[in-house]
Amino acid sequence: MAATTPTPAAPAARQKIRITPERVNWSATIILILCAFTVLLPLYVTISMAFKSGTQAVDGNAFSLPNPISIEGFVEAWNLTNFPVGAGVSALVTAGTVAGTIFLAAFASYAIVRNWDHKFFRYSFFYLLAAMFIPFPVVALPQIQLTGLVGLANPGGVILLATMFQLSFSVLLFTAFLRSIPYELEESARIDGASTWQTFWKLIFPLLAPMSATVGIFAFLYAWNDFMMPSLIIADAQLQTLPVRQNIFQTQFSNNYHVSFASYLMAMSPAIIAYLFTQRWVMEGVTQGAVKG
Amino acid sequence: MSTPTAGQTQAVRPRRRHVEPLYWWFLVPSLILFTLAITIPGLVGIFFSFTDSIGVGDWRFIGLTNYVALFSDPAVLQSYLFTFGFAIATVLVVNVVSFMLAVGLTSRIRLKTPLRTVFVIPMVISGIIIAYVFQFLFNNSLPGLGEALGIKVLSTSMLSNPDLAWVALVIVTAWQAIPGTLLIYIAGLLAVPGDVYEAADIDGATKPQQLLRITLPLVFGYVVINMILGLKNFLGAYDIIKGLTDGGPGTSTRSISMTIVGGFNGGDYAYQMANATIFFIITIVISLAQLRLTRGRSL
Repeated sequence: MAATTPTPAAPAARQKIRITPERVNWSATIILILCAFTVLLPLYVTISMAFKSGTQAVDGNAFSLPNPISIEGFVEAWNLTNFPVGAGVSALVTAGTVAGTIFLAAFASYAIVRNWDHKFFRYSFFYLLAAMFIPFPVVALPQIQLTGLVGLANPGGVILLATMFQLSFSVLLFTAFLRSIPYELEESARIDGASTWQTFWKLIFPLLAPMSATVGIFAFLYAWNDFMMPSLIIADAQLQTLPVRQNIFQTQFSNNYHVSFASYLMAMSPAIIAYLFTQRWVMEGVTQGAVKG
Repeated sequence: MSTPTAGQTQAVRPRRRHVEPLYWWFLVPSLILFTLAITIPGLVGIFFSFTDSIGVGDWRFIGLTNYVALFSDPAVLQSYLFTFGFAIATVLVVNVVSFMLAVGLTSRIRLKTPLRTVFVIPMVISGIIIAYVFQFLFNNSLPGLGEALGIKVLSTSMLSNPDLAWVALVIVTAWQAIPGTLLIYIAGLLAVPGDVYEAADIDGATKPQQLLRITLPLVFGYVVINMILGLKNFLGAYDIIKGLTDGGPGTSTRSISMTIVGGFNGGDYAYQMANATIFFIITIVISLAQLRLTRGRSL
């Protein structure tokens, strides 16, 4: 309430010059800032705990500032969880899933949309889409068994399965987008003598870029953050992704809170930093994807 | 290659035209991989649900025995009851909070961009890591706060209280799920034309009236989408539960997914495949309900 008092003065001054800019809703601004603290608080706790020394962290006080600032938690977590290997596996799984999803879904969608009058392609579309209704736990047990049998109980198997689970949704997005590209554009390229491959590669795929970004963001968030699938599919704990490593070492962290939080922070920060740099695309992409899908 | 002819044949004989080989190469490898990765495991799972397999070794057909046993298994029934209660509660919390945040974030506020940036952050963090951070807060920080405020229920950890552990799960799941829902609502609210509100202002409608009588009906399609997408996600809950309570205390927060996946180590392979089949059928029913409800709604 108190904060509303200074407001009338500011717009009143501007009012003289231009068309009334609607009044700033200060009460909503303040409520939202307070709500934002519920998001920031756990992040603050993570960062401050991670930078504490072992002697300070052991008291379990979440809100005190680190004093002195120490990186011993990071050093210990780095060695204990074998962070470089975990980060490498996570990066590999994520890159593989993102690339696999974008390319396979774009190829399949192009073939489907350009041959919609052909039964096989039309039915393939609905077949691929059906996986959107299959939750992973439903097929998880046979997948664990089968990946074990064919030697895919490793990050490669996770890339394959994650890509296939992402395919349905991605094909849905790509086909919707492809239908909105006028066919005349493609025809003119073909009249100029471009083959189908050239048309796709030089004309269609670049046009798909905004949708590829959306598809890629969804695949990235899924592959980087997922715990369930890698924890069940990858047999060798040495080759686990970062989220699964937190689970494996959770008991060893015990009361060394500075180590556990340093480990959490290292695992979550790449995605957060990537998000802060690409936030406009992420927000637009997710909105577009969710509304179309 | 022979592109102009492809166009001609399409015009003359639209039914059995020649499909360029490249299109097959674009589609068929994906179809094969998809079949191997998802369809075959699905069919294998359904097949084994009619057997007594423990995942390895010999097995024989036992008909519907697994399915009959499921319906009288208290552990399974409890996991369904918990999962549905949890999913419905979370859907309601997520949608109410997201909708109000979206209304706030699309109104005339200061710091609009930084606020949006902050609210979306939880979406990019791994569920299990969020769960561990909150586990620490629930175990170490909240009891102290409860004690200081003299609230007895909060003075011990919520996570070790069988009656309250699910509330902690709802809070943490909502914390992570709100951004996605919020972005959809923001898109919905921005699509409402501004002159509708001008007209309402002239007619003397108050702000709460406008929200309830104008905004809500206009974005109702988005509400339905968010509700059903959320319900489907939360019914499959695994990562956050695994990190926060690991199904405990006791088995009070064991979700359906955890029960199914536990079958591989517990020697209940075939039995849990029957459970998975039932869960699959439920998911299909919900998805069909979704198609029915959203059909004809333009977004």
